[in-house]
Amino acid sequence: MSTALSFKAKPRKTVPKRPVWEEKPTAAGQAAKSVTLGVVVLLVIIPVYAVVLTSLSPQSSVNIAGGIVLVPHGLTLNAYREMLDGGVITRAMVISLLITLVGTIVSMVVSVLCAYGLSRPRSLGHRWILMTLIATMFFSGGIIPSFIVVADIFHGYDQYWALVLPGAVSAFNILIIRAFYMNTASELIEAAKLDGASELRILWSIVLPTSKAVNAVMALFYAVGYWSAFFNVMLYMPADSSKWTLQYVLYTYVSQGATMPGQNAATAFAGKDQPAPLSLQMCVVVLTLIPILIIYPFVQKHFTKGMLTGAIKG
Amino acid sequence: MSAISVRSGTATTEAEPGDKPPSAKRKRTRTKKLPFRVRLRRDWPLLLMAVPALLLVIAFNYLPMFGTVTAFEYYDYILGFWQSTWIGVQNFQNLFADPNFWHAFENTIVLSIVQLVLYFPVPVALAILLNSVLSSKIRSFIQAIVYLPHFFSWVLVIVLFQQMLGGAGLLNHVLLTHGWNPWNVMTDPGTFKYLVTSQAVWKEAGWGIIVFLAAIASIDTALYEAAAADGANRWRRTWHITLPGMRSVIVLLLVLRLGNALNVGFEQFLIQRNAVGSGASEVLDTYSYYYGVAANNFGLGAAAGLFKGVVSLLLLYGANKVAHFFGEDGLYRGTK
Repeated sequence: MSTALSFKAKPRKTVPKRPVWEEKPTAAGQAAKSVTLGVVVLLVIIPVYAVVLTSLSPQSSVNIAGGIVLVPHGLTLNAYREMLDGGVITRAMVISLLITLVGTIVSMVVSVLCAYGLSRPRSLGHRWILMTLIATMFFSGGIIPSFIVVADIFHGYDQYWALVLPGAVSAFNILIIRAFYMNTASELIEAAKLDGASELRILWSIVLPTSKAVNAVMALFYAVGYWSAFFNVMLYMPADSSKWTLQYVLYTYVSQGATMPGQNAATAFAGKDQPAPLSLQMCVVVLTLIPILIIYPFVQKHFTKGMLTGAIKG
Repeated sequence: MSAISVRSGTATTEAEPGDKPPSAKRKRTRTKKLPFRVRLRRDWPLLLMAVPALLLVIAFNYLPMFGTVTAFEYYDYILGFWQSTWIGVQNFQNLFADPNFWHAFENTIVLSIVQLVLYFPVPVALAILLNSVLSSKIRSFIQAIVYLPHFFSWVLVIVLFQQMLGGAGLLNHVLLTHGWNPWNVMTDPGTFKYLVTSQAVWKEAGWGIIVFLAAIASIDTALYEAAAADGANRWRRTWHITLPGMRSVIVLLLVLRLGNALNVGFEQFLIQRNAVGSGASEVLDTYSYYYGVAANNFGLGAAAGLFKGVVSLLLLYGANKVAHFFGEDGLYRGTK
């Protein structure tokens, strides 16, 4: 993939050049292609655009549109002001951010250590450990035994660690990181060893800096996993709404349509600028989107490299 | 989880057979030279580094595998895992006698087939189409956009679909303003399988092209040039060069899809179960959850989960055999 980009990107500076042997596309073909790709892009963008716009729209625009807003008639931050003034949503947002942060750190530390530990060819026992990890990708005990192990054996019911530890390690991610680390120049590692560097030192000073792409992508994968999880809350702490994460709040109040508590819009805004209930709901949607939209552009450029150098060549 | 599991095999295949034959050979010669103690003294820091991950996997992946003994117990939450009564295969007898279970099984299979037929070709076609875009700027822009939904949670995706296609959504607003009959796609059990497939396409098809783009990129361009010189047009080149060049990746992903046939996406169904009813949306995973945790019949739920795990393993094995039959590596080579 990276080769694809480079060999296509190299020969031209201004206008994309078609290989000489390739026939000129017909106008109709070209148009069909553009329309198809345009539709694909719009299919992704429009729902997101509509949701963001609705969350920013005052009651009047929601009324005009009769629901979701596509054409802006004035913008307001009232919905956000109300959602973030310390109610359920604010707390859920903080909880989600903390779980994502802590979870990603735990996952990355454990995975990077393990991937490095298994990356040395011919090291003792690495194939056995690898097999142990890989087996988890093909067979799982299922939902019930996992629940029983976490809730019954480890007493994790209603505990935050139950949202972090059970999914902290992904064998798939470890394999990708490992494949990437195995590409690190072995001469460098040998040289460092001769200089008396410990394994941790080698990992920290040589392997990590040379594999930023895969580290960034894997951190994003883990972070998105923690941020997106909603079922584990449903499983381990459904009763106490003050412990819910943002996704579970979204599930309960938006997807399943339960009335949001603390929707004291009537008193707070005295009926004047009261945000539409739909705007409030869409505001929750946007809040779950924002962290992803913030981080995505920074990591997106590494996808091809991070995913494929490891996976295909490893 | 399910999204990753679809792709998970890619890494296995690549990581596993990739280093297996050489390292196996090397190992045989090396182990003779170096005794265990020497290797332990040399490699103990590496082993120590793998320990945290190993502990987590043992605690949360392997213990639950042994936890499947609940499937043979009359599990009582108060008594706990150790003290509950052993009832043998009673749970399985109950399970197989339950028409709801067979209904969930049937739903799973049907949904899996629909997804295979309607979902699978989309990323392949999209990758070929995108690869034909010459401008790398436009191409990376489109890639950045279509990869994005992969990082949305299922709750988010379904809320977006609700706002577009649901009862109060955009589609029905347009239908109503034009005087047509409203159609709440989100609660229509008849079309539910197509709805979930389109959700899966919306969320994952864009991300799915990443592998296919890589496969296309690895095709030697001289082949295209030669074919063009011989008078093969665009379509024939796609058919005779591009698609065969993607063949092993396509077969690999098909094998994985078949092996994962019973994983049709748990959260997606869980979230929409209330809206569309259990008739259309009950799959093996939701059955296991609702009968196990929600209805407090843990033994039955665990039995359903174990049934699914074993069948999945058999499917994976079978799909891989089929791949070998067609001369492809599949998930692993014949050595395992």
